[in-house]
Order: sequence, then C-alpha cells, then structure tokens
Amino acid sequence: MNGKTKEKGAFGKMLESFGLPRLIITLFLLLLLALAPFVGADLPTQITNIIARFSWNGVLVLAMVPMVHSGCGLNFGLPLGIISGLLGATLSIEFGFTGALSFLVAILIATPFALVFGSLYGWLLNKIKGGEMMIATYVGFSSVSMMCMMWLILPYKSPNMVWGLSGKGLRTTISLEGYYNRVLADFLPINIGKLSIPTGTLLFFAVLALAMWAFLHTKTGTAMTAVGSNPTFARAAGINVDRIRLLSVVMSTWLAAVGILVYEQGFGFVQLYMAPFYMALPAVSAILIGGASVNKASIMNVIIGTILFQGIVTMTPTVMNNMIHMDMSEVIRIIVSNGMILYALTRKTEGTK
Amino acid sequence: MKKKSSRSFGAFLRSGSVPMMFVLICAVCIPLSGLSPSYLINEIVTRMGRNAFLILSLLIPIMAGMGLNFGMTLGAMAGEIGLILASDWQIVGIPGMVLAMIISVPISILLGLFCGKILNMAKGREMITSHIISYFINGVYQLVVLYLMGSVIPIKHSSIKLPRGYGIRNTVSLLSMRQKLDNLIPLTVRGVKIPVATFIIVAILCVFIVWFTRTKLGQDMRAVGQDMEVARDAGINVERTRIISIILSTVLAGIGMVIYLQNMGNIATYSSHSQIGMFCIAALLVGGASVDKASIWNVFLGVILFHLMFIVAPKAGAAITGDSMIGEYFRVFVSYAVITVALVMYETNKRKARSMEGERLRLEQEEEK
Repeated sequence: MNGKTKEKGAFGKMLESFGLPRLIITLFLLLLLALAPFVGADLPTQITNIIARFSWNGVLVLAMVPMVHSGCGLNFGLPLGIISGLLGATLSIEFGFTGALSFLVAILIATPFALVFGSLYGWLLNKIKGGEMMIATYVGFSSVSMMCMMWLILPYKSPNMVWGLSGKGLRTTISLEGYYNRVLADFLPINIGKLSIPTGTLLFFAVLALAMWAFLHTKTGTAMTAVGSNPTFARAAGINVDRIRLLSVVMSTWLAAVGILVYEQGFGFVQLYMAPFYMALPAVSAILIGGASVNKASIMNVIIGTILFQGIVTMTPTVMNNMIHMDMSEVIRIIVSNGMILYALTRKTEGTK
Repeated sequence: MKKKSSRSFGAFLRSGSVPMMFVLICAVCIPLSGLSPSYLINEIVTRMGRNAFLILSLLIPIMAGMGLNFGMTLGAMAGEIGLILASDWQIVGIPGMVLAMIISVPISILLGLFCGKILNMAKGREMITSHIISYFINGVYQLVVLYLMGSVIPIKHSSIKLPRGYGIRNTVSLLSMRQKLDNLIPLTVRGVKIPVATFIIVAILCVFIVWFTRTKLGQDMRAVGQDMEVARDAGINVERTRIISIILSTVLAGIGMVIYLQNMGNIATYSSHSQIGMFCIAALLVGGASVDKASIWNVFLGVILFHLMFIVAPKAGAAITGDSMIGEYFRVFVSYAVITVALVMYETNKRKARSMEGERLRLEQEEEK
C-alpha cells in the first residue's frame, strides 16, 4: 500500500510537489529578508547566522534521505541516531581526548553504536512495514527516555561532565570548550566584513552530501530507490527488499549520529536527557519544506529545505521583535514546521488513492 | 472460521501479556517503595476519578478503526481555554466548571471537525497524523493563549494575565473550583476519600458509551472500523462517520480535561495538555487494550495498574539506586515503551492478518480452478 505511487507527468509532479505551503514559506522568508534592513536588523549578521545554522543542521536533515528513498518514510526515529552520537561524544570526552581529535574519536565511537542501534531499529521496521512512521516516533521517544536513566546510571567520571556536587550522573548540558567546540567551523573560515562563513562545516556537509549523492547512483543506491518506489517490482527484480531497507535505516541512524556531533561543534554544547526528544521534527519539516515528500527526497531538497527552515527560525525572532515587540518566533516555528509535516502526510495518500 | 479462532487466541495473548507485566512491575515496586496500602488506595481512587473520563474519550475512535486518538490533546486544550475564561469571569465552583465545559464544547467540535477532515485525507496513517495535528494545534493554542488572550480576547483579571499585559501566566490557579466536583457528595470509607460525584459522571459516560455502540451510528462506526470499503458498499457515509467519531472523542476529552483539572486545582497553561494524551493512551494500553480493540474494563484496569506504577516507581527507584530521578525517568520510559510495544504488536498482527487474507484468497482461487 505504501510504495504504489501513481505515475504522473514529470512537470506536473514537480509543480504539484512544490505545493502552496512551500511557496508561502519561500515568500515569507524573502519578505523577512527584505524587511530586515528596515527594522534595524543587520543583514550580514543575519545571513551569517543563517549560514551557520545551516551548517549545524545540514547533516541531520541529510539523515532523512536514505529512509525516504527506501520507502521507510520520514525518519521520526532520528533521536535513536542522535543518542549514538551523544554516546560517542560523552565517551570521547570521558576517555580524555581533546581538541580536534576528540571530534574524530567521537565519530569513531558513535559508529558502532549507530550500527547496532540502527540494525535493531531497521529489523523492527521490517517487521512492521506500513506503520513505520508512528513506530519510529515512539522508538525515538522510548530510546530517549531510556537513555535519560542511562546518563544517570552509567559510570562516567570526567569532572567536566558529571554533576559537581554528587560526582556522578551526567549534567544536562556539557560545554565543549577545550574539546571539539567549533572544530569544523574554525577550519579555513572566511570573513568578509561582518559576514563569516564556516567553511569547514560546510565542506564536511558537502562531502557527506556528495557521498550520499554518489551512493544513490551506485547499484545499491538505485536498488534502494527501486525498493522505495515499488517494492513488489523490486522483489521481482531480485532485490532483497528487507536487506536494502535495513541498510537505509542504518545509514540514516549513522548520519544522525554524525549530524548531532556536527551540530554540537557549532553550538558548543552537548545536550543530554530530554534534549534529543523533539530533534526529529525540525529535520523532518526542513526536508519537507525543501520539496521532499514522504517517498521522494533529493540532496537538493535537503539543502533548500535547511536554508529555508533555518532562515525562518533565525529571521522571525529578530524581525518580529523589532517590528511588533512580540517574540512570536517559537509559535511560528511550531505552526510552520508541524503544518508542513501535516501537509506532506495528507499529500501522500492523495497520491496513492 | 479458522482465521477467527486464531485471531481471538492472539487477542487473548495480546490483551493478557501487558497487564500481567504491569502486575509484576507493581508487585516488585510496591514493597520497595515502602508506601502504605491505605495511601496507595487513596491515590488510586483519586486518580481513577481524575483520569477515567479522559481515557474513556479514547474508546470511540478505536471503535471506528482510527486507532489511538493522539488528537485528544485538542479536546484537552479546548477544556483549558474554557477553564481559563470561566476563571477570568469569576464563576466559581460547579457553575464555573459547567460553564467551562459549555465553552469547551464548540471549540472541541471545531477542532474535532478539523482533525477528522485531515485524518480522512490521511487514511491508513491516522495515528502519526493525529500525533502531528496535536503538535500543530498546540502551536495555534499557544498563539491564542500567549498572544491573543488579553490583547484580542478580553481578559480582565491580572492574576491570570502575564505582567506584560497580554498572554496567560504559566499557571492559572483554580482554587475556586478545586475539587468542587470531587467533594460535592462527600464520602469517606475507612480513610479513603471517594469522589462520588465524579464517579457518577464517569458511570454515566460508561452507560452512554455502551448505549452508543448499540445505536445505528455506533454500529456504523464498528462497520467502518472493520472494513471501510464494505461499509461504503453498505451505504454508510464513511467520511462522515469517521469525522463524528473524532468530534465525539474531542468533545469528551474537553469535558474530561475540566474534570481532570478541577481535581489538580491549577492549570499548567502550556504543559498540562502536552503529556495528557500520552499518559491516557499508555494507561489504556496497560489495561489490555490494543490499537483496534478496547473496552471500558481496559480503562479501569489500566488506570489502576498504570497509576500504581506511576506512584511507586519514583520511590522504588530511589530505594534501589538512591536517586529519585531514576524512577521519574523510568515511568516516562515505561509509558513510551508500552505504547511502542502496543503499536508494534498491532502492526505485526495487521500484517499477519493481511497475508493470511491473501493466502485465503489464493486458496479460494485455486479451488475455483
């Protein structure tokens, strides 16, 4: 029931998939950018912020791509991958690595966790084809609340991470100062006046995005797309559907793990406990805003979507604050991002029916 | 025939295993927590009165085959808006509650209509959609309560308004309504305070639900829940029936939220509703319900077992590990895990049933040859 999409003309499909909400969001962002100088907001600073936020979030959004391609839907279970990343981050600090090395080690440690968690998660999703998104959401929620207990129980010792008073249990936020804070962002940064570009982070994202693009054009990658668009056909063509789906889930989980590490190096803090809880939603709505749908996503969708979404997140507070002295940005963010997801969910079935 | 018998056996396993697991958890945790039986009974009775109505509101959409209605949060928000307005107008006690319910009903109907329409556009993925709808409407609710109330919607009393002149404070005290319904008919049996009036209302709702399932509309809902296409062929307006089931659920949730909050005695304006759907659904599932089948008994068993776990877990966690936060996280984890397990069971069973159906069709075709 999932994969059967009606074939339509390429142009009609494109026009339809662009959709009214996306158009409104694009216009809204342009309006905000146009208004910014009039309300006294400094445009270069704003653009710097947008680029910086884009670089933090890009990889997390990229993590959506493989699962959408293999027909597993939007990965609402992103927190599972994020947890692998957090384990990598905290263990790397615990083992005493500092500076750029700690970032590398964090990725290395996160990888086996992501592989194991991703495999289990993928195995589960193969059992429940058709209900992936709902179960993914709750797999994410359960794993986050499970880890809440673990952060308290696990025998972490590093004084930079545990509560000062009791000497055990990790803090809710851990500063990355001295570890991998801005390790990518400060690699070959470009500063033009007030405009600064975190070249390293963008390059890192570009490498991963390119790798993903290349992967999707390999034999396995094409098989993945085939599984997503028509599982019955894919099976008939001799593709092991379950194995491909599993691979896509593992990839998504690993990218989420790396994604959160990239996010942290930009943000400067590791956030534990309930922080990963709602992290899937911004990533999901970003890729949807970029033009993806429940069963179609490209690298371009990731880039456009992240810029648009982060643009709105960055611009609304400043512009709104200056204009009407009300900070409605949080509310607007909630309405826009969830409205976008709703739109995509309802579109999907219109296509299949 | 064969299919039916195996399904009922599976249903027995399904409905039995989760409650049994909770009985075990409670059996381990109660002695560890060191809480006295009389305290526990008191708490359970209070929580039964507080939550039963809300959880009962979930039954109708399950009957109509729309799964667990995560959109019940919508009704909860409507109930909160009703209470905020009623307390601003200084209507106290039972009349205030009734007024709050009356205000909540049209809001619930509108939200339910919206929710139902969208769910009709997303058939087959109702649960994730209603989940996202609850987030979406939460944004709209914040827009209304945080920005429009006081600036567009008149709010007189500064005790519930934010100091900046518009928007509602983080907590609204319902002191004037606090447990007015629970204490309407005071009754204490051996130190256990029983909220008789609340129980009477819950009982009326139970009777209503039983009656409702026997009406034409109730039967239609069952038919739609069983098989949408068959129901459509039988001349049932499927879309309309589904919308009505969601509206009913939302309205009941709104009334339930008023009852819930009068017991709590204050509204956490921006967070009361956000967890309520999850806890109600978890409680219902703990009571042995599944995504496609739930009865009134599941509600009551669920409240007892789930809330027993809820009360004892922090204490037991503190006793075991010396940190009360562990227990807090544990109960949140259990709530989510229960929902996850129930969803997985539902989906695997659905798949099994579907493949069995396919097998049956294949056999039939072979026989025809």
